[in-house]
Amino acid sequence: MAVPKQKSQPASRQEAQAADVLDASHVRADFPILDRDIHGKKLVYLDNAASTQKPRAVIDAVKHYYERYNSNVHRGVHHLSQEATFAYEGARKRVQALLNAEDDSEIIFTRGTTEAINLVAQTYGRANLGPGDEVLISVMEHHSNIVPWQLVCEQTGATLKAVPIDEHGALVMDELERLLTEKTKIVALGHISNSLGTINPIQKIAAMAHAVSAVLVVDGAQGLPHARVDVRELDADFYAFSGHKVYGPTGIGGLYGRRELLDAMPPWQGGGDMILTVAIDRSTYNDPPFRFEAGTPNIAGAIGLAAALDYVDSLGYERVAAHEAELLAYGTAALEQIEDLRLIGTAPEKAGVLSFVMDGAHPHDVGTILDQEGIAIRTGHHCAQPVMEHFCVPATARASIGIYNTREDIDALVRGLRKVREVFG
Amino acid sequence: MPRSAELQRLIDGLALFPDWEERYRAIIDLGKRLEPLSDEEHSETNRVRGCVSQVWLVEDEPEQDPVRMHFRADSDSFIVKGLIGILLSMYDGQPPEAIVEMDSMKVFGELGLDRHLSPLRSNGLFSIDREIKKRAAARVA
Repeated sequence: MAVPKQKSQPASRQEAQAADVLDASHVRADFPILDRDIHGKKLVYLDNAASTQKPRAVIDAVKHYYERYNSNVHRGVHHLSQEATFAYEGARKRVQALLNAEDDSEIIFTRGTTEAINLVAQTYGRANLGPGDEVLISVMEHHSNIVPWQLVCEQTGATLKAVPIDEHGALVMDELERLLTEKTKIVALGHISNSLGTINPIQKIAAMAHAVSAVLVVDGAQGLPHARVDVRELDADFYAFSGHKVYGPTGIGGLYGRRELLDAMPPWQGGGDMILTVAIDRSTYNDPPFRFEAGTPNIAGAIGLAAALDYVDSLGYERVAAHEAELLAYGTAALEQIEDLRLIGTAPEKAGVLSFVMDGAHPHDVGTILDQEGIAIRTGHHCAQPVMEHFCVPATARASIGIYNTREDIDALVRGLRKVREVFG
Repeated sequence: MPRSAELQRLIDGLALFPDWEERYRAIIDLGKRLEPLSDEEHSETNRVRGCVSQVWLVEDEPEQDPVRMHFRADSDSFIVKGLIGILLSMYDGQPPEAIVEMDSMKVFGELGLDRHLSPLRSNGLFSIDREIKKRAAARVA
């Protein structure tokens, strides 16, 4: 077996460790980039909701693939191709196991969450939507869970509706219930909001959607990095995710889809590997997941993704979640002490996102000053313009927490924000 | 291309601050001093697409001055507004023939601010610079 594997701990041991605290200093040592200085200051990386850093295990897995068994998959009879295929399909099995999908054919590799959602919209959506039908999203969605639905609604004549959010940035559940009708064919919601950190009650929403025979598509870009995802427990019909947000490579992600739904879905992109037979006048298509993976896939990416998920699993998802919750509480309390700072997104169920605005200092300027201090945060509309509109702000500054962040990072952020206050007077 | 006295004063002034914090304070002050555009001028038509901050650019009618071009601009970010102030001190009141020849990247480089003018930087400054150049080129043609 050519793929280096991160040691995975048995579930019982993880449970036993659930009460333990994640040793962030130990975790930090696994991430080479965290040694960097920025503008002469120690890097404080708090832009994890945009993209996470990569542990040595992921970098090594990708490097090892290119150095030792790089080859195309599913095609060759030669040894390297078989090794590469074995590793690529092994990665699919790891993703399946970690998401608790029933079968590995339910995992389709994509470029990321965006492509996964577009895939559902253009296959399931296009085949099942028509005039009079409705797709239900929410105001807190990332643009990648809005625009693909707008496109398919334009193509099919279906109508797009959005569940409002309240002043804390939580879904208005009564409105969700009201908007869910027999007309609703697809409900597409984020597991965790990238701009607000709100954790949505996916399990409950799945039951509500299924009661009107709608399918539930979950945008899991921010979900998978923060919590153990069990697609069967969540009862999601589709779950889309990105590798680079969960300590894996960029350009790889995936879509979980329930097998009977995938079986009935027409192909999207055409090309090699997705066909059974091709004649000039017609072709027949391969079974899922291959039907939806046209062309040579991101082999190294898939291998890196599996290494990343194994890495997080080895730390223990429960401990990761507990660590982030602790830092979120610490950071929230600290930011609340800063004069004229307003947190945007204060839902009771929240993941490690601290989105805020400061009176007299535009988020761009906050980000620019913090950058000089070596602190990386995101500023802007976070590809969630309807959220910005809801809170009547053009943009926010957002610090987002990952597994390697510490209280010292939050302290550095607070010092940086005090400097912003000083500079802007 | 000789520089205006105002621009040279700005460059010399900023060069006095070796430390980034003081320099940003000076840029922010510059931004605060720049005359804001009117409510009507903060329009979609005048808006230059940037990602993080909003930027508006107004060019005064050529009839008022057939020889030179006059620009005013605004941003909701004080740092961006200050940087725009530097850009405007280069371009405002110059004939289009001079504007197309100007090297804003060089000026920003001298100030150690060139990364703000990079096309990769989503602050709207690159767009405003390109827009001014485009309009000047159209006048020259």
